[in-house]
Amino acid sequence: MSVHCDHQDEVVPRQSNYAGLIAELRRNLPILSILDQMEDVKPYECDGLSAYRQVPRAVILPRTESDLKRVLEACRQHRVPVVVRGAGTGLSGGAMPHAEGVVVSLARFMQILEIDPQARTARVQPGVRNLALSEAAAPHNLYYAPDPSSQIACTLGGNVAENSGGVHCLKYGLTVHNVLSARALVLSEDGIDEVTFGSASPDAPGLDLLAALNGSEGMLAVVTEILVKLTPKPEIAQVVMASFDSVVTAADAVAAIIAAGIIPAGLEMMDKQAIAAVEPFARAGYDTDAAAILLCESDGTSEEVAHEIARITEVLRNAGVRQIRTSQNEAERLLFWAGRKAAFPAVGRITPDYLCMDGTIPRKRLGEMLGAISEMEKKYSLRCANVFHAGDGNLHPLIMFDANDPDETTRALAFGAEILELSVALGGTITGEHGVGIEKLAQMCVQFSPEELSAFSAVKYAFDPQGLLNPGKVIPTAARCREYKQTGTGHRHDCHAHNHEVTA
Amino acid sequence: MSLAIQTVSTVQPDSPILQRWQDQIRTARAEEKTLVITGAGSKSFYGLPIEGEALDTRDYRGIIDYEPTELVMTARCGTPLSEIEATLAASGQMLAFEPPRFGGTPTIGGVVAAGLSGPRRMAAGAVRDFVLGVRLMTGTGDLMRFGGQVMKNVAGYDVSRMLTGSLGCFGVVAEVSLKVVPTLHQETTLQFDVTEREALANLNRWAGQPLPISGSLWLDGKLSVRLSGAEPAVAAARRKLGGEALVDNSVAEALWAGVRDQSHSFFAEDSSALIRLSLPDTSAPIPRSEQQLIEWGGAQRWYRADVSQLQQFCDLATNAGGHATLFRAPKGHRTSKAFTPLSKPLLRIHRALKQSFDPAGVFNRGRMYPEF
Repeated sequence: MSVHCDHQDEVVPRQSNYAGLIAELRRNLPILSILDQMEDVKPYECDGLSAYRQVPRAVILPRTESDLKRVLEACRQHRVPVVVRGAGTGLSGGAMPHAEGVVVSLARFMQILEIDPQARTARVQPGVRNLALSEAAAPHNLYYAPDPSSQIACTLGGNVAENSGGVHCLKYGLTVHNVLSARALVLSEDGIDEVTFGSASPDAPGLDLLAALNGSEGMLAVVTEILVKLTPKPEIAQVVMASFDSVVTAADAVAAIIAAGIIPAGLEMMDKQAIAAVEPFARAGYDTDAAAILLCESDGTSEEVAHEIARITEVLRNAGVRQIRTSQNEAERLLFWAGRKAAFPAVGRITPDYLCMDGTIPRKRLGEMLGAISEMEKKYSLRCANVFHAGDGNLHPLIMFDANDPDETTRALAFGAEILELSVALGGTITGEHGVGIEKLAQMCVQFSPEELSAFSAVKYAFDPQGLLNPGKVIPTAARCREYKQTGTGHRHDCHAHNHEVTA
Repeated sequence: MSLAIQTVSTVQPDSPILQRWQDQIRTARAEEKTLVITGAGSKSFYGLPIEGEALDTRDYRGIIDYEPTELVMTARCGTPLSEIEATLAASGQMLAFEPPRFGGTPTIGGVVAAGLSGPRRMAAGAVRDFVLGVRLMTGTGDLMRFGGQVMKNVAGYDVSRMLTGSLGCFGVVAEVSLKVVPTLHQETTLQFDVTEREALANLNRWAGQPLPISGSLWLDGKLSVRLSGAEPAVAAARRKLGGEALVDNSVAEALWAGVRDQSHSFFAEDSSALIRLSLPDTSAPIPRSEQQLIEWGGAQRWYRADVSQLQQFCDLATNAGGHATLFRAPKGHRTSKAFTPLSKPLLRIHRALKQSFDPAGVFNRGRMYPEF
């Protein structure tokens, strides 16, 4: 399933001099790791979205910040595009290399520089893994709250680039709510500037550029150090598992919980197809006859949790629940979650490939969306399982297909595009947490007007006047938008879609 | 270098009021005039003094969309904060960041443009943490939407959060969508007689524990701590922290409103400046003898000082890892500096953004920094 295709929207910067760059780096930084043999650069050709592949000219792995700075300065002078990469777990092709550019891997920047238990902060390098930070903070009874499903592997630098979420963000926020400041290198017209965005204090003078940096998909600056907020570990957590006869009843139950003034620590939903895929795999004890199940977690002090679980149970009982179970101990709580966390690999087991969508919709439109998806299953003759961050309206439909069948692939892509467009039509967005990357460039034309897209370009060029950082991602060209509107297909190429290795 | 935003001037705003703004902006641009975006004027003292023709936002008002179970409210910029808070309260919800009112009736547009948060900031987050999307009229009179009405949204750069607190220098926030939260059931205020140093040590220690602290205030040897949350959590925290509970709820409410709105006598306008220090909350006591009020667990410290001391406070704040603001100049004093200056590379980015969003410099020129 390897397809090399021309899908980037940016032309190569003029006067790009790759050979000059490599010669200069070899001359001035002889100890620098530069990979440029096919067998070495091949593993970098894609991120977690393996459908989109592009082998880079070279991969550079600096060890120190001063080397990184010199590499970026050389790229700037030679006008060579730079795609900065963390663990490569992203799901939208945001870290896919540029055909004429280099990948700069920050994998070696994996030091936790400081954990300050008194200030409840950690200062880390961008290559530190998300889970490694929580593990390091655990002796202080602290943790790093955002927990994307890829947290074992994904890096904090990548989390900043994607503004990653997780299953606890309704209560604890996204990456943007948990990053206090980021030191970064900016490629200005005169050289490489070292800039601190945000502050260890609650705010910083001027515009909130840190907010723009979070979720900027590596297009504005190269983050070299991140100061994050750590959260005190709750005393205990308990989860309620509830099943329902219809997805609409389940969605109404979610609304009833919120209406009762409860903000659960986690609120997840799975539909029948997802439950059917997950239960034989994870044996979490889910009600396989149900049309939907909800997982609703409460955390805090033992008094708080007992109080909140009682209220949640009461709300659910009045909301037409089929079965309801509450975890009685930590092992059972983890078991209930294991099913949800294994949803993607479980679906991967029952289909050769799947496409994972990532729209967010106002929660009240969920019934409409799921109804439309089940119609689309008939229309495209493909199955779709739905996993839903119910608390914040972020829906992950998993469209099942066989990538070796070109016709099925085309149908799957059209199915996905229709879901994304419907997300926009229902008042939502094409991506809640996976990013635009290369995958959703065409759908950006649906969500944004030409002026708005032009404003995004303006933001990019304010930071990166030469357009060297991750060019061709996030912001579609006017030509792509015209074509998408005329032909209804944003995929100008016949790339295949996700394979089952994708997890999140 | 900056990139001009390509405009499509044929797109007509969907409201006569927005149409009027568009005309006013385009006329100002053509005549090389500047506009001062004004709401209720409750924060007109904030930032640098500026001049220009008023672009009055107050008649573009009203809540557009509010669904309590979605935890999102969308309102036009001229909507009074009081209307928004009353509507939310009727459904048992609130704005978590407790925006200050300064004795006036601020508009929600002004709340977002100023980006100021109240006592709950350290527990709940700042204004920017709750901004989900905006509809912005730029300096070319174009209407653009950024973000949306949903809580998770990473399509395009987060322009709406970026512009929160930008003091109207980059455009008029015509509409805003905010995340709202349920009102907390139980609220208790505890008081302790402690020195500044003890207060800071206590606040830092408590912040590292899962306690429902929603506000803190130290002034003249007295530390007040507000607890908000579910009844069992507040009761447990009260037992743990000790201190003396303020029995009279109305006294407690007046205390917190007094710091939120700066109606407390500490903030009274007089011949001294009101200087705000934003610091890492673990910063040591600042070696100054002026009268001081500490909030936000130690992260926001207010001083009443002679305006000539501003630079000293800036240096102290910068050395401590934060920054200082001349929040309110002394009566009758015309200041030319309110905010800590930006580094050269940051200023470059700000200028480029200004050039793109407001190429002719129509809006609030010089309100934040003289350079734009």
